[in-house]
Amino acid sequence: MSELTDLYQEVILDHNKKPRNFGKLEKPDHYAEGDNPLCGDQLKLYLRMEGDRVAEIRFEGSGCAISTASASLMTEAVKGKTIGEIADLFKGFHELLTGDPSVVAEAAPALGKLAVFSGVREFPVRVKCATLAWHTLQASLQGEGEMVTTE
Amino acid sequence: MTTVDNAPASTQALDVERVRRDFPALDLEVHGKPLAYLDNAATTQKPESVLAAEDLWYRESCSNVHRGVHFLSEKATEAYETARSKVRDFIAAESADEVIFVRGTSEAINLVAATYGRQHVGAGDEVLISEMEHHSNIVPWQMLCEEKGADLKVAPIDDRGQLMVEEYERLLSERTKIVAVTYVSNALGTVNPVRQLVEMAHDRGVPVLVDGAQAVPHMSVDVRSLGCDFFAFSGHKMFAPTGIGVLYGRRDLLGSMPPYQGGGEMIRSVTFEKTEFAEPPARFEAGTPNIAGAVALGAATDYLTSHGLDAIQSYEQQLLEYATESVSQIQGVRVVGTGDYKASVLSFVIDNVHAHDVGTILDRDGVAVRAGHHCAQPVMQRFGVPATARASFALYNTRDEADRLAASIARVNEVFG
Repeated sequence: MSELTDLYQEVILDHNKKPRNFGKLEKPDHYAEGDNPLCGDQLKLYLRMEGDRVAEIRFEGSGCAISTASASLMTEAVKGKTIGEIADLFKGFHELLTGDPSVVAEAAPALGKLAVFSGVREFPVRVKCATLAWHTLQASLQGEGEMVTTE
Repeated sequence: MTTVDNAPASTQALDVERVRRDFPALDLEVHGKPLAYLDNAATTQKPESVLAAEDLWYRESCSNVHRGVHFLSEKATEAYETARSKVRDFIAAESADEVIFVRGTSEAINLVAATYGRQHVGAGDEVLISEMEHHSNIVPWQMLCEEKGADLKVAPIDDRGQLMVEEYERLLSERTKIVAVTYVSNALGTVNPVRQLVEMAHDRGVPVLVDGAQAVPHMSVDVRSLGCDFFAFSGHKMFAPTGIGVLYGRRDLLGSMPPYQGGGEMIRSVTFEKTEFAEPPARFEAGTPNIAGAVALGAATDYLTSHGLDAIQSYEQQLLEYATESVSQIQGVRVVGTGDYKASVLSFVIDNVHAHDVGTILDRDGVAVRAGHHCAQPVMQRFGVPATARASFALYNTRDEADRLAASIARVNEVFG
């Protein structure tokens, strides 16, 4: 049970139930779609940039609790950040999910709220759920404008 | 109440505790809990007799078939052809020559689409399937239709996941060249009235392929009584290894079909100018087949027959009803697929909880279910859900496991508040 409560922490359940920055963004200048065909997660990500900073970011879609909460928390974390800062954040986040546990402990403080996803590392098949939003964000920033898939 | 002595095996109740002892994997522990394996529609566990048959073949009969005159080759050939005869008996085919060994259901359907389909389906023709098909009974026909400029027609299902038979009949037209329909839906559990569907098609001279993958482990199958022209199934869903399956085809149809793949085993004579093809079934078995798999599949038919498909069906039916009853009562649960005739499958969704989260939580309790679209995305679209969680039962599952399923689902609600 403890691994389950680590996975489904209050913050994650809350963001799943009431996702922040949810909905369409009018006139985005960056857009990408992501999907995880294994579980049917679908994500649409809208961005408006000011210079190389994220001014606005919103998402739509349906998915499991991990992917929905991850998208929601990601939008909060990256708003106002530069592309370079976002890349560092994603690197740290990825490390948190898949990296060496001792490194993870160091990375965690810099991640802020995103650290609630540390429980995902005990559920390797769910890593894709937690990273879908981030891969989609990367694609939208690189302006690929195409479908991102976890498969 | 009367008791009957010396009743045939098929009328005796299934002794599930005895059955469970035959399956070593059922003793596994998962996350410190005893495994409750409820993912049988994906694949089944294997009994000792099947494992032993495969092992013994490699130890004592390993040789290629239909070639050498040496002792081992004859032994291998005999084992392979005995397996074919067992499959013939298992599905009550007229002749063992109507039994073609393939990799699985997908390959069987692809074989028919690529041979009979290419021969008979042309521009403007139609192939009729149903809305509840597995992708393996959609995509090969879609590819064929694309290649030929033909149309894929889809008979709809109702809100309970049952085929709308009148619509099906209406869609049978002069242009319909083949019908491909599942016996039992892998995503919903619905059992189709296959005999009736075959009759309707035959009245219009249209042959019918039946996807029997989800039927063979759960009910007795008689292809002649069903009247179907082709019947496809996989070994691994009926307690045999992966990589072996069967295409049954009526002898007259098989005889007029071109080969599927070229190679060894499927020829009568080869020169650089011309090749004469062998008669069925060899014509459709190019290359060295999965001999050990076929032998193990033969052992699986023995296993099922020894318990009696009627006894298995009646046991599983009661278990499915029991599990459906208790799962339906849990708050927020909606069962997807509530037809009058069902087998094995209990597909469900929980309000505000994604199936993938359900699957993860159940897994931590040792309960193995499938979460996803079950390779039947059109079914998910029909019911407006991205995915379902699916428990699917086999002859070795128990009421205790159904109780654990229900208890674990109740815990999902606890976690998600």
